[in-house]
Amino acid sequence: MRGDWARFTDTFLNAKVMHKYLPDILSGVVVTIELAFLIVVTGIAAGLALALLRSLAIRPLNWLIVVIVDLFRSLPPLVVIVLIYFGLPSVGLSPSGFVSTWLSLAFVLMAFSEEIFWAGITSVDRGQWEAARSTGLSFGQTLMSVVLPQAFRLTIPPLTNRTIAITKGTALGTVVAVTEILGQASSAMSNSYNPSPLIMGAAAYLVLFFPVVVAARWVETKFAWKR
Amino acid sequence: MIQSFFNPEIIVASWPIVRAGLLNTVLLSLLVVPLGLVGGLMLALLASVKHPVVRWPLMAWVDFFRAFPPLVLLILLFAGLPFAGLELGGFVCVAIAFFLNTGAYYGEILRAGIDSVPAGQIEAARSTGLSRLQAIAYVVLPQAVRNVLPDLLSNTLEVVKLTSLGSVVAVPELLYQARQAQSLTYNPTPLVVAAIVYFLMLWPVVRLLSRLENRALAGR
Repeated sequence: MRGDWARFTDTFLNAKVMHKYLPDILSGVVVTIELAFLIVVTGIAAGLALALLRSLAIRPLNWLIVVIVDLFRSLPPLVVIVLIYFGLPSVGLSPSGFVSTWLSLAFVLMAFSEEIFWAGITSVDRGQWEAARSTGLSFGQTLMSVVLPQAFRLTIPPLTNRTIAITKGTALGTVVAVTEILGQASSAMSNSYNPSPLIMGAAAYLVLFFPVVVAARWVETKFAWKR
Repeated sequence: MIQSFFNPEIIVASWPIVRAGLLNTVLLSLLVVPLGLVGGLMLALLASVKHPVVRWPLMAWVDFFRAFPPLVLLILLFAGLPFAGLELGGFVCVAIAFFLNTGAYYGEILRAGIDSVPAGQIEAARSTGLSRLQAIAYVVLPQAVRNVLPDLLSNTLEVVKLTSLGSVVAVPELLYQARQAQSLTYNPTPLVVAAIVYFLMLWPVVRLLSRLENRALAGR
């Protein structure tokens, strides 16, 4: 029994291997955080911009927005990443794995957040627009001071959930050789022929994302509509 | 541009390979969606026991899988378990990972659905002589499922998209086959074909979801 346990820890929690590859995993954590930050900021900003553009109600533009949004909601993120990384070099562009992953997941987050923001905007009753405009507020002022504050309340729970799900997708970057946590853990595992780095990587994901998930649960109850 | 991305000869040549992948993606989805639903139903029914001894570990279980990237889980099973003498193969690993991961998501959705059915309904059902299990199966669940149908559908869409992870552990689904065809032909056209196939397959679902979501908002 004791022997089995020792063999188990030797394989999966090997202190020597873990010590050796800890710096690699930590550098992976930094890359994951950078990538996640870029995706969240650009993806949500682009999604909000598209939703605001859509509220201008310019027909052909709205069709274009809907098609783009539908496209990135239908395609698996990994397919988008692979397409950008392996496809674009044929037309002379060679984005790195990092850039491919960033762009792909930012597009996906843009599509989902546009839908969510748009749903939030349309949920505000038309009468409120008219009432606000009749008090002398401009279109922009109505949007900023009347519509968006109400829309945001509705959008925050689905937006946090979606953002977490897409940010976890940074692990997909390992397929196109991004040196984020999973990439570092996998190569450390093949170098040491020991799965301990993978366990470390898994733990790193939990340390990063578990607090976010718990916070999201709190946000969800805080912003829930009382029916 | 057309030569690289929409090369007609390559489309024709690679189609049999891509088509085999499409078939496997459909079969894989038909396996993992019910698997996730069963896992989710188990979790949701457990969650209806409001005792703290059940509630807290359950919440931790669900949050664990919400925090854990599915690809990491898959790699852990596929590349980690062999070190413990357990070699499961890509297909079985995908099935287990999906059962755990998507089960947690389905569980959250179904739990919300069950919570949305007023408690008085169970009491009323019980008072007509139905057992607790019968009351849940015939009275609560049908209403719960209806109340969260858009969320269930949305999650199912994500699950089908997620089957593309199978390509990482050599399950010959759509993306894997397209990449094989791409490396055989030195041309990204098969990847574009795969993307178009995914889009055509899933676009109707996305449209339907948009309409359901808009209707839900309009009803507020």
